[in-house]
Amino acid sequence: MNAVLQYAVQGLAAGSFYALAALGLAIIFGVLGVVNFAHGAFYMLGAVTAAVLLDTLDLTLWWSLLVVPVLMFAFGVVVERLLVQWLLRLDPLYNFLLTFGLTLVLVELVKQKYGVSGLPYKPPKLLSGRVDLAGVVLPRYQLFVFLFSVAICVLVWLVMTRTRVGMIVRASTEKPDLARALGINVGRWVTPVFGFGVALAGLAGVLAAPFRAITADMGNNFAIILFAVVVIGGLGSIVGAVVAGFMVGLVEAFGQAYAPTYAQILIFVLMALIILVRPAGLFGRKEATA
Amino acid sequence: MTQSVVTPTPGTEAPATIAGGGSRRRWVLLAVGLVAALALPWFVYPPVAMDIVAMALFAIALDILLGYTGLLSFGHAAFWGSSAYVTGLIATHYGVPFPVAVVGGALFAMLLALPVGYLSVRRSGIYFAMVTLAFGQMVYFIGYQWSDLTGGENGLQGVPRKFFGIELVETESFYFYYAALPILLLGMWGAWRIVHSPFGRVLVSIRDNTQRARALGYEVEKYKVIAFVLSAGLTGLAGGVFAINHGFVALTELHWTTSGEVVLMTVLGGIGTLWGGVLGAFLAVMLADYLASSGFDGIDLVTGSVFVLVVLLFRRGVWGTVRHQWLARQQRRTSSRRASASADPARRRP
Repeated sequence: MNAVLQYAVQGLAAGSFYALAALGLAIIFGVLGVVNFAHGAFYMLGAVTAAVLLDTLDLTLWWSLLVVPVLMFAFGVVVERLLVQWLLRLDPLYNFLLTFGLTLVLVELVKQKYGVSGLPYKPPKLLSGRVDLAGVVLPRYQLFVFLFSVAICVLVWLVMTRTRVGMIVRASTEKPDLARALGINVGRWVTPVFGFGVALAGLAGVLAAPFRAITADMGNNFAIILFAVVVIGGLGSIVGAVVAGFMVGLVEAFGQAYAPTYAQILIFVLMALIILVRPAGLFGRKEATA
Repeated sequence: MTQSVVTPTPGTEAPATIAGGGSRRRWVLLAVGLVAALALPWFVYPPVAMDIVAMALFAIALDILLGYTGLLSFGHAAFWGSSAYVTGLIATHYGVPFPVAVVGGALFAMLLALPVGYLSVRRSGIYFAMVTLAFGQMVYFIGYQWSDLTGGENGLQGVPRKFFGIELVETESFYFYYAALPILLLGMWGAWRIVHSPFGRVLVSIRDNTQRARALGYEVEKYKVIAFVLSAGLTGLAGGVFAINHGFVALTELHWTTSGEVVLMTVLGGIGTLWGGVLGAFLAVMLADYLASSGFDGIDLVTGSVFVLVVLLFRRGVWGTVRHQWLARQQRRTSSRRASASADPARRRP
């Protein structure tokens, strides 16, 4: 029982990274129609930036959680203005390919600068060690990651459902033509939404920094699992992205615990099953299959 | 919602070759291509020449899906790499002539493509790319974990090069090139036959208007799966020859970067041009070889930048641009109508 709970928390922590990043991916796809291949690279950049900030400016995790998303937002805005925007009117496959090329460049740049061995990162004292919850001993940091990311997801959800900005973004996501017909300037939201999605990927990276080896390659496999996540959840769905993110994290953690050889493969088997049973994804709308 | 596919350059509405109507020009081009293929190892280090032709078939096989069916497979490394491994294993354990091993590898790739294709064609457009990418990564992990068979990270080493009683050792790469070339040329001819057959016409109609093809009574999914399996088979031929050429199979052959590389070659050559893949492969392999020999170790930096630039500025690709120019000239000559009316290479997103 104790072990199962530990795996569950570990899975939820791993799922937090997927959920946050997939949320960003889903929002970007919703408003821009772009599947951002570079999302894994942005996640990696978030972690690397946090490590560099700790190393050079002595900024701890708390500060990084604040600063890195802002930096990543700015970076996302630059990428959108410089590259992505030129292909928005074309077939979405072109931006998929563009961001693929961008991924190769970003990963290689980081590799050249920081080498292939992992950068060190220590979480603050408050989050180190373990905590004893009624006889169940759990790592503090994993609990924190889970709670923090749930808080962020809830916050995003509140913004999406309770504010005017969120309403516009949702309208642009779900019925862009209708939103335009109602006089909403969908184009105005394209750049900030892209930046916001990138910031979420960067935030996931910061959270992952003390938990994962920080290397240039850390985002590569992450990006592909992220695609599996949004296929499972339904790419058009924001809730689906988050739920599937945690689900995949759990599958990964339990897989690693009980069948380590098949842990990575299990995720893709899960994806295959979903495609077989519900091609649109768990929360996807029917029309997304077309 | 209409379908979302990369729409190739104008002029491929009917998948004509650059020759279009003039069959004499077609023969001239074919002759030029054959001479170039035969002469290549005189000008390029033979193993690199072999890589170029193998990659060319790989890119052509991908174009059957991307250019003619409207499906971007981002998981073709699974077929390329698995065929390379199976070819290598057959050649190592059974001592058969290498063409037999290559055919075995290609058959395995087709077998693998059947379930992957069946599942993947349930989604189209960008989803298809993501799903194939994920399945490709799954095959990569299987290859990684199954190290008893694949050698894991060490790769599969010491693949022999037997050719009907003759052992072509490493110094004989020059002769090996000519021994293996027919396999790849046959594969290219097969690709050409596929896209110019009635079956190929159906694929193009699916690409251009899936609903209409469905309404006309074609079982769209079945056609897509068959195209996927055929493409995987040709990819497998190329991957098998590649494995024998190197005498070694690395795990990278299964990696998604390999899938990306071949997409780059196809796009660089020109989507929906078939033969563009040859040019794309030539440019990409020569560039990689040049960078490697000049001691530059950041090859992904260059590949990635080329990718970004081609997608931003050069979407027609080399062959596509040549053909577009030629068609435009042709049109100017025959009529005074403005030729650039349908010049936009990609449709607006719906």
